Amino acid sequence: MEEKVLEWDYEINGKDFRNAGKVSSKVKEILKELGFDPDFVRRVAIASYEAEMNVVCHAERGVLHLTISPEELRIVVKDKGPGIQDIELAMQEGYSTASPEIREMGFGAGMGLPNIKKNVDKLNIASTVGEGTVVDMLIKPSSIREFG
Amino acid sequence: MKLTRIVEELKLTVKAAQGGLDREVRGGYASDLLSDVMANSREGDIWVTIQGHPNIVAIATLRDLAGIILANGRQPDADTLQRAEEEGVPILCSSLPTFEVVGRLYRLGIYGQG
Ligand SMILES: Nc1ncnc2c1ncn2[C@@H]1O[C@H](COP(=O)(O)OP(=O)(O)O)[C@@H](O)[C@H]1O
Ligand SMILES: [Mg+2]
Repeated sequence: MEEKVLEWDYEINGKDFRNAGKVSSKVKEILKELGFDPDFVRRVAIASYEAEMNVVCHAERGVLHLTISPEELRIVVKDKGPGIQDIELAMQEGYSTASPEIREMGFGAGMGLPNIKKNVDKLNIASTVGEGTVVDMLIKPSSIREFG
Repeated sequence: MKLTRIVEELKLTVKAAQGGLDREVRGGYASDLLSDVMANSREGDIWVTIQGHPNIVAIATLRDLAGIILANGRQPDADTLQRAEEEGVPILCSSLPTFEVVGRLYRLGIYGQG
């Protein structure tokens, strides 16, 4: 039998704090509609939000690609921006290069990437300085979910 | 406890989403760091903060929070109010500092984690 896979693409604009978070709200809506359990939805919402906000805070623009299959959910956030020089350092809790203006808004706590790591089953970050960053996240629900 | 009761007891000014005041409040969280709220708040919490920009509405929606109290006389941005109306997230204002707001919530039986 053919496996059903659902896919969506959403654009994210850098520095657009007015609309920041809307893409993750859409992701959450989709998951609720498909009937995923609340704990799974919470994990995805946190990971999606932090990845989206990193594009808003640190990059020029990006795209969030969401794929849902019965066994797993994958979110790939690809951006055009400054890239990350030292990914291991960026993963450390509290490390942030956010500007004072951004910190004043309550962003730049350096908790984004660590929080993503805590909530996903697999995380892969690839980055080229001066070009951009790809954050690839895999999240598995506690039980296989049939849909469609 | 319903949000309406908290509005009355703490004499909060309702700035947006009047229609959402019927919501049950299950607990509370206080922080001005957005990633912290995202990671550590729970569904049904009332969130006390001094951040008034639109992204607080995104957090409340994503975490299913009951509402947001802006402490210390902070006022929400116009964009925040518009987005809060759209998403149905009550924005409530108090002239009291965060510590006082949380103390009064606690006295009403609204607790944090643990
Ligand atoms: N998409 C990105 N593009 C460029 N730099 C990034 C990106 N995501 C994260 N970073 C870098 O990694 C650091 C840590 O990220 P994070 O843990 O989310 O904390 P914060 O966003 O609060 O600074 C950021 O301060 C930034 O230097
Ligand atoms: Mg971040």
